[in-house]
Amino acid sequence: MADEPLVLGIETSCDETGVGIVRGDTLLFDAIASSVDQHARFGGVVPEVASRAHLEEMVPTIERACREAGVALSDVDAIAVTAGPGLAGALLVGVASAKALAVALGTPIYGVNHLASHVAVDIVEHGPLPEPAMAMLVSGGHSSLLLVPDVTHDVRSLGATMDDAAGEAFDKVARVLGLPFPGGPHIDRAAREGNRIAIDFPRGFTSGRDLERHRFDFSFSGLKTAVARWVETRHRAGEAIPVADVAASFQEAVVDVLTRKALLACKEHEVDHLLIGGGVAANSRLRALAQERCDKAGVVLRVPRPELCTDNGAMVATLGAQMVLKGREPSDLGLPADSSMPVTLVQA
Amino acid sequence: MQLLAIDTSTSAITVALHDGFRVTAESTTLDPRAHAEHLAPGIRDVLGQVGVEPGAVTGVVVGIGPGPFTGLRVGIVTARTFGYALGVPVRGLCSHEALAHQSWLAGRRGELLVATDARRKEVYAAAFSLTRAGSERMGDVIVARPADLPEHWRSLPTIGRGPLLYPDSLPGGIPSGGVGGDLLDVSAGALADLAARRWSAGEALATAALEPGGGFDGLEPLYLRRPDTQPAPPSRKSTLG
Ligand SMILES: [Zn+2]
Repeated sequence: MADEPLVLGIETSCDETGVGIVRGDTLLFDAIASSVDQHARFGGVVPEVASRAHLEEMVPTIERACREAGVALSDVDAIAVTAGPGLAGALLVGVASAKALAVALGTPIYGVNHLASHVAVDIVEHGPLPEPAMAMLVSGGHSSLLLVPDVTHDVRSLGATMDDAAGEAFDKVARVLGLPFPGGPHIDRAAREGNRIAIDFPRGFTSGRDLERHRFDFSFSGLKTAVARWVETRHRAGEAIPVADVAASFQEAVVDVLTRKALLACKEHEVDHLLIGGGVAANSRLRALAQERCDKAGVVLRVPRPELCTDNGAMVATLGAQMVLKGREPSDLGLPADSSMPVTLVQA
Repeated sequence: MQLLAIDTSTSAITVALHDGFRVTAESTTLDPRAHAEHLAPGIRDVLGQVGVEPGAVTGVVVGIGPGPFTGLRVGIVTARTFGYALGVPVRGLCSHEALAHQSWLAGRRGELLVATDARRKEVYAAAFSLTRAGSERMGDVIVARPADLPEHWRSLPTIGRGPLLYPDSLPGGIPSGGVGGDLLDVSAGALADLAARRWSAGEALATAALEPGGGFDGLEPLYLRRPDTQPAPPSRKSTLG
């Protein structure tokens, strides 16, 4: 146990300042400071506001993670940090801080991909990842289907959103319905009282030539527009908006497409484990429908607990620890922050 | 004393080490778009140049700007984290003070304007008085269009990239060979020298060190501008993770 690598991971790709500490595949502590409240009035994350908050929260969050994990910084064997993708200015705060730790402590540094980290974090929750695994990442920033033969160095992209990310569609529809930001939890809650087959909203890229050309890609902007139009039409006619039904029907359209494509990918690539990560994985209907469809297809579904689905430092530390365990070379101290780091590049 | 000095408020990613008597090592890279890439290797370099282990560093001083925010934060978060990891004090100093001090070290005396690039057609500017005792800032650092700076300031001998970018509005650029001139970007060596002078005075004087000009500034960046929240559209990512 004590000879397993002790890794500190830093995540600052968006609005969460995350510092996680992992020993081997055991999570010791995950410290998070979020600037979400500062962004709420803008209806989305404002990059400069996020960067300023990261600078303020960085050292206190490292301090809290060490204290709660009961480890001294001097015992840390390696530093891991999100190198990308994400907001450029936000990423830089975490990368610079991680490098300062690496130089001060004389440890190696691993610059890792944010998306691969979302996949890796389930190791501390549900044990080693089957190789290969299928992973679907759905959040406000990403909607991707990934085939993952080895999360430490071989991640393949099967498809991604062509326009809005799934979580972004939730935010925009929430705004249309007069629900607060961030939209995901509010739509989820409203939808529980609604009828999910009340309105037949469009499912992007699910039929005909679209499905052929974009087999594992997603599109949510048409759906978002359809909801906005539907609501506006009722509004103009002076009719009340059945918020619960709209929320439920919209949510159903999103999770139907997501789970359908994820299981199609499992079937075509003969993979029997599906992992779902990202903030939208906290959505109760997505979890329920994914479970139902996985059970029917004989696929094992893995979803980390909600705190590990949203952005956090534990996921970065987990991937870093896996890299150490697998004997991967550390990154160069000159590693850049890459706001558009491709998902197939696991390490910077 | 092993004082590590860092500044990323200008185009230079600059690091220096000071042993209490003099600057023993300095590493500077000019690359306004890659502060985070060069800074940590620069720190490793200066420590390596003189064979000082990171654990032997006794204090850190960082330039807190003003300067373009993204690069500025790289230096400040690096200093804060490095100091925290080693359990040593971290101090901040206005980066314009370091520029003025460098000019003073080169022998310049009299009034001086420091004008650095603030982008968006503006400069960060501060006026200094350089006497035998040292350089003293005359008032606040401001951000403004060069042509909108006080008339008196604009006619002063000027260092920083301001005169290079706006020669019409800032004609006082000191040419190459001019005493204490030709300074475009911050040098961590000058920052370290200034800090070392103030550090020893400040440790003894405690609160007196906080007086303007006499001591250190906080560790907050000198942003001088509020975040640009309107009309810039929010990023594509929501807080759903
Ligand atoms: Zn994410």
